[in-house]
Formats: sequence, C-alpha cells, structure tokens
Amino acid sequence: MSAVRAALQSNFVYRFLGDPVAMVSAGVLLLFVLGAALAPWIAPQNPYDPLQIDIMDSEIPPVWQAEGEARFVFGTDAQGRDMLSTILYGTGISLTIGVFAVLLQGLIGVTIGLISGYYGGRVDGFFMRLADIQLSFSTLMVAIIVLAVFQAAFGVGLYEELAIIMLILVIGIAEWPQYARTVRANVLAEKEKEYVDAARVIGLSRLRIMFRHILPNTLSPILVISTVQVANAIVAEAALSFLGLGMPVTKPSLGSLIRAGFEFIFSGTWWITIIPSIVLIVLILAINLLGDWLRDVLNPRLYKET
Amino acid sequence: MALLEVRGLEVTFPLRGAALTALRGVDFTLDAGERLGIVGESGAGKSMAAFAILNLISEPGRISAGEILFDGRDLARLSDNHMRAIRGNRIAMIFQDPMMTLNPVLTIGTQMVECLKAHQKIGEAEAKRRAIEKLREVAIPSPETRFDSYPHELSGGLRQRVVIAIALLLDPAIIIADEPTTALDVTIQAEIMGLMIALCENHNVGLILITHDIAVVSEITRRLIVMYAGRIVEAGPTAELIAAPRHPYTRGLLKALPQKNRPGGMLHQIPGTMPSLAAIPDGCAFHPRCEHADARCRRSVPALRDVGGRLVSCHHAERIS
Repeated sequence: MSAVRAALQSNFVYRFLGDPVAMVSAGVLLLFVLGAALAPWIAPQNPYDPLQIDIMDSEIPPVWQAEGEARFVFGTDAQGRDMLSTILYGTGISLTIGVFAVLLQGLIGVTIGLISGYYGGRVDGFFMRLADIQLSFSTLMVAIIVLAVFQAAFGVGLYEELAIIMLILVIGIAEWPQYARTVRANVLAEKEKEYVDAARVIGLSRLRIMFRHILPNTLSPILVISTVQVANAIVAEAALSFLGLGMPVTKPSLGSLIRAGFEFIFSGTWWITIIPSIVLIVLILAINLLGDWLRDVLNPRLYKET
Repeated sequence: MALLEVRGLEVTFPLRGAALTALRGVDFTLDAGERLGIVGESGAGKSMAAFAILNLISEPGRISAGEILFDGRDLARLSDNHMRAIRGNRIAMIFQDPMMTLNPVLTIGTQMVECLKAHQKIGEAEAKRRAIEKLREVAIPSPETRFDSYPHELSGGLRQRVVIAIALLLDPAIIIADEPTTALDVTIQAEIMGLMIALCENHNVGLILITHDIAVVSEITRRLIVMYAGRIVEAGPTAELIAAPRHPYTRGLLKALPQKNRPGGMLHQIPGTMPSLAAIPDGCAFHPRCEHADARCRRSVPALRDVGGRLVSCHHAERIS
C-alpha cells in the first residue's frame, strides 16, 4: 500500500494530472489498447471468420448515413466485413507490430550502443559506421526490398502466414541505429562520471558496469525515443501495407484497411478508407503527444515554471 | 617486508607521436596498518599514482615501467581478471565526492551487496546482514532503513560514511583515500577523518591518504610524500618534513597555509603554476618557480637522495632549512 501511495505522490503522477494534453492522449491510447486487446469479446463480428461475413452486406455506409444499418456502426467494406470489428482487430495488429518491432530495435540498439560507447576506439568506429550505412538506406527501402524478395522467393501464401513476424523483423532491424546512437551518446557522458570509476575500483566486471550501472542511468532517453519509435514503426507498417507489402487483406492492419478502401474512394464508399485513416492519425498523434510529455518530464533541464 | 612496495613506477600517455610522462620514478612502501600521506598541487600526479596501484590508468595511458609489489605479486603486470579480484577486495579506494561515487539510480544496499557478491560466493541474506553490519560500524543511524535508501536521500556526510563502509566491506589490507574530505562541509571533515582513522586502526588497514591539504596530513600520517610534476620531490617522516622542509616546494606549500600568516598580512603563495605534462621544464621541474634556482637547476634533474634521514630531490637541499 505504501508503494502505491508513494507512486501517487510522485512528481511523475503530479505532472501527469496537471497536464490535460497528456491525460487526454493517455486516455485515447488506453482506449485503443483496450479496444484492440478486448476485440474478440467486444467486436460485433469476427472479421477472420468467413462464416460470419455475408457478401450481401458489402459496402453498407456508416449508421449516420441514410442507408446505414444499426448492425454496422461504421459501415462495411467491399467484402461485407463490419468496419468497426476490422478496425478493432486491425489496431491490435498495428500495435503488436509497433511494440514488438521497437522491442527488437531496442534490444539490438541498446546493446550495440552500450558496447560502442563503453569500449570506444575501433569497436565504436565499427558499429557507428555500420549505423551510418544502415541509416543511409531508409527503413521503407530496406523493407520493400526484403519483403518483395521474400514474397517472390517463397510465394504469397507463406508470406501471408508469416507477415506479422516478417514486418516485426524488418522494421526492428532497420531502425536499430536510432537507439544505438542515443545510448552511445549517453554512455559517453555517463562513463566519465565517478560512480563508474568507483564501480571499477570495487572490482566489478565490464559487463556488470555496463548493464547494471550505466544502463539504468540512460533509461530516460531510451523511454522517450521508444514512444516516438513505436509511432514510427506503426506508420512504417501502414505505409508498407498500403504498398501491398504489409499485412494481407485477410488479416488487415490499419494500413491494409486504408489500402483496401482506397480503390473505392471515388465511387462514393469513402468510409472504408477514411475511418481507418482517422483511427491511425489519432493513434499516432496520441503516442507522439505522450512521448513529448514524457520527454519534458524526464528531462529536468526542460522543467517549465509552473 | 612491506605490504606494498612501489618501485620506479612510470606512467606514460602516448600522444600524437610524443609520450607524455605522467609519473616518473615513483618509489614508496607501505607497511601493514601504516598511514602514508601524499601531497601536492592539482596535476602533481597524486591521483595518477593511486589509479596506477589499482592498475586502472585509463586508455591510452599505461604503466610503462616499474613494479607494484603486493602479496608477492606485481600488480603492474597482473591480468585484468586477477586484478579485479584484488580491487575492492584487498585494496579499496575512496574518492573525493560522495555525491558522484555512488550510483544515483541504485540503492545503497544494492551497491553494497553487489560489491560483496563480486568477490565472494555469498547468499543474498548473508550479504545484506554483512552490509548492515558495516553500515553500523561507520555509525550510520538505523542502518536497516538506510540499506534501502537511494544516495540522494542522504546527506553528504552520511554518503561518505556509506562510501567508507563499502571500502571496508571486504576487510581490505589497504585503503587509498583520494581527497576523502575535500567535498564535505568543514564541520564534518574532522568527524569523517576521525572515523576513518579509527576504522583503519581497528582493522589494521594500511591507509594512503592523498590530499592537497598539508594540515590534514600532518595530523594523521606518520610518513609523507610530496609530489611535483609527476615526481617525488621530498619524502620522509611527516613531523620532520613539516618542522623543517628541505625542498623549496614543500616549504612553499607550508608557507601557503593561511594559518601560518599573521592576521591582516598578505597570504603567501608559490609564484607561477604547475607545468603541464607536455611542457615540463628541463632540469629541475620546479626551477621556474623556485627562489633558489641557479644555472645547475636549469640544466640537470636533481636525483632523489638521502639528506639527514629523508629523501629530497634538490641540488640545494643542504642549504635550505
């Protein structure tokens, strides 16, 4: 109980409660996460189950339109799937890819950043040039090449099964330099501090000093870029899906939903593409605003006078 | 036989072709339970000597000559793994600023337990018990609660006590204290110093006290080494050195103490500053600041020689008293 009370009295919570933008963003994000996590229970329809879908229901407009039906709040798509249900499931897929891709980026990037910063010299030179090379190819370019080659080599069938894992791997690997550079810069500053000397004088091993002593002191920038990176990964996945290299239409993410509806936008069935787009924009905005707020809170130098 | 014997220690930093010598020909010994002082201005090589003993000179610097004999082994040539077993375990070190030497994001307990576990196969509960015992020994009130505190929750004096407790954790044979009280409030300095001496005496720990404060050294060490520009300029029994310094630099340091002045009088100072390692003058490194310097001082480096029961490196040692 005392831990809960201490948490409630912390500066973090205090600042959170004093910032409406942060509270609204967090609320919106929480709503999306809950919606996605509870989709199998709250969604009116399971869009992955062909038995629940009737092609006769296709292209029904949202409920507030004249021809809308109460069964389909956001209308249906070209295959007769309920838009609300597909969006709930699709948000889950987008968030999963975003979070796991960032975990992978973090794992690779933080490890390389720590080693690079702590050892310095040639090790540092090697990894940082590697990062430069990686950064000179844009994430999308790498992803397009890898995914297109994979589809061509192993066929679309296998690709559709492995799409989530492939997207996580590609986006995860393509973006590690962001973490590596941030962590390295922080390690360079931290390792000059006396507590590192003191840890060496105690006789701790290099690994222990790196992961146990330096890493926790670089956590706040890692947290901040993680939020931005999750948003970036979701956008990257959406872009790939829009190009037809992401999630298949049978298991759509927000990006593939937007793509699927894009063909119909000029024929008047705008909701298939517009509604998922709005969801994507609101989701990304919420994550980024929360990341901004987190940066302000975690960086004492930015303390505003309040 | 001495517990620690440093012979001809030399530390160099290769820099753009040239090699900067940070320490040159440093010799000294330390017996079990003995207290030795090392004084000098900033940049004299005091801290460098301390890090060299632990073989922790940071890259690209290295020990280029000499030996550091401890427990029958030469620390200057020991592998990093063997050296790690000695650091913190047999030889501990205390730094100047307790604000900086404790990791801000780990509790005191975590840091102490970690240190114990790095050197001994020991269970969590046993490690905690021993850590609390040491905290009690350095007179930290309610050590059980302090065990779970973060460094920022403690005052400077308490923090330095924690640092001392960590240094004593594995009952080392030697503690190297690098300006241990400089960052503390004057009212606490004496208290911490007294504590350190008492603990060293109880556990028969040898203490190397590095400081620029010659007054502190005079009270608590038996032998004293004065360093200038990476060399020992005078070494001998503390009382004698302070009563009758034979090297002009030691004299200058003593004269510069404010308490040696008459009230209202001008404070004494040694003219000029310590030369940088890249520009150590020829001959005696101290000659540009020395009132006794003559042509010989500018030409030849004075050897460290025995003058009346102490070692002095000055051509004019006999004339100065």
